[in-house]
Amino acid sequence: MTFPLASLDILCPMHVLLDPGGRVRSVGPTMAKLFRDHDWKGEHFSTLVDIYRPHPVTQIVQLRDLVGRRLQMRMRNPRRTMLKGMSMPADAGGVLLNLGFGIKVVDAVRDYALTSTDFAVTDLAIDMLYLVEAKSAAMEASRTLNRRLQGAMLAAEQRAYTDTLTGLRNRRALNHVLDRLMRSGARFAVMNIDLDFFKQVNDTRGHAAGDRVLQVVARAMLDVMRKVDTVARVGGDEFVVLLEDVRDRGMLADLADRLIRRIEQPILVDGEDCKVSASIGIAMREPLENTPLTADDLLERADVALYSAKRKGRAQHAFFPQETLAAAERIHR
Amino acid sequence: MHGLIARTLQCFLQDTYGQIAWQEIATMGGLDSQDFEAMLDYDTGSVQNVLSAAERYLQKPRDVILEDIGTYLITHPNNEGLRRLMRYGGGDFIDFLHSLEDLPGRARLAVADFDLPEIELRDCNAGQFLLHSGCGQSGMPGFGHVLVGVLRAMADDYGALVILDHQGRRDGSEIVDITVIETDFAQGREFDLGALPPLHGGQAT
Repeated sequence: MTFPLASLDILCPMHVLLDPGGRVRSVGPTMAKLFRDHDWKGEHFSTLVDIYRPHPVTQIVQLRDLVGRRLQMRMRNPRRTMLKGMSMPADAGGVLLNLGFGIKVVDAVRDYALTSTDFAVTDLAIDMLYLVEAKSAAMEASRTLNRRLQGAMLAAEQRAYTDTLTGLRNRRALNHVLDRLMRSGARFAVMNIDLDFFKQVNDTRGHAAGDRVLQVVARAMLDVMRKVDTVARVGGDEFVVLLEDVRDRGMLADLADRLIRRIEQPILVDGEDCKVSASIGIAMREPLENTPLTADDLLERADVALYSAKRKGRAQHAFFPQETLAAAERIHR
Repeated sequence: MHGLIARTLQCFLQDTYGQIAWQEIATMGGLDSQDFEAMLDYDTGSVQNVLSAAERYLQKPRDVILEDIGTYLITHPNNEGLRRLMRYGGGDFIDFLHSLEDLPGRARLAVADFDLPEIELRDCNAGQFLLHSGCGQSGMPGFGHVLVGVLRAMADDYGALVILDHQGRRDGSEIVDITVIETDFAQGREFDLGALPPLHGGQAT
């Protein structure tokens, strides 16, 4: 069967026809675009393409041996465009190569300014390009939605963990951090803070003034505590602070006293000063403690310490007596 | 109804009539949130309500709004990605017409749950075509009008001279009469296959 070369150009626009010596006789119109930097006519195929799979090929005899096998090659130009294809015997001892881009078609279209008419009608290249564009558009729409949902989720989470009056963390947030710290086995401290004389402010100046005082006190706590500490409002005028990474009691005592002094500064509401103070109970979780301690035990200890501070006359801090505990444990054994 | 369609309606109203008009229409249409999301599903009724609200607010018949949406999809700079996808249909306007039947399949390739109404093109005389479109599983009456807008804009894009006429409904499908007078009437818009598709602002539909 013979047919005009023009038919081959249309059906296989990426063919290369070699003469028995391995020199290029003719190429399809799309291949001509790829060879635009070369004077390809009469060139030996090995100067135009570097065939490397199934193994390096430089001679036409090798190419004849590989008839019917899948070939992989790169263009010998700066783009090193990857091609795949197959060689078949042509008339008069020549070889016909038919090539294609495979998955790299998107790059090739850009690199060689190809258009839809450069591909055989049966070639799925155009559908492939279509799919790539449509998929990226659809993916982008999905991403946009995900970004929006994530923003909404973060905002909702933030709301769920925040005390609306003071902007401090709430009890839910506190429990969350406390659980994490308990699991981590790290040393940390719990401060239970109760405002003194707050009831008087509420009773004599009204709830609005009380709210204002709570907001100022909250601000003071954030100022005095470190960024890593968790400051939560857990009741009307009750606060809990979780302090990670604490060195010793001295540092905690110092922080507590600074906070009390700061809270004692008069708070101006509607032209009149409100004066409150605070009592603070402190308990520590030591990693190597003999008795396993639950989060509730720890909060309970901070509470015991808080009441001892109140008993001693308020406006001061007290530690949960660790020594007493140690002594009790010794006797117990 | 697929969020892509609802979102298209929203973007069309926002880009054409402004954010305030959109908010008014969304409120009139009883929309809970002020936004349709492209990748969520919506109750067909709520999208129809917004469309009806747009009719009242803009004082325009539904058919005209739908056709404007079709034109908007191809011509607005925010939809350059979609115009490119449509241009994959073929080298000239006649090729493009013949590719329309593939459109629902192509849309499903990109977004698997996106059901466009089936489209059928009948070749009548030389340059004369009849386009039949159903109304899809999600119920999209008026899809034919959107197609008229798309076809008009694509004819401009290819530089073809065509006459379009929506002939109404027959046996459950809408019929559009297309007469192609000249495919090479004017200079069309550029289409470079290798150009980078726009990623942002593009509204895939």
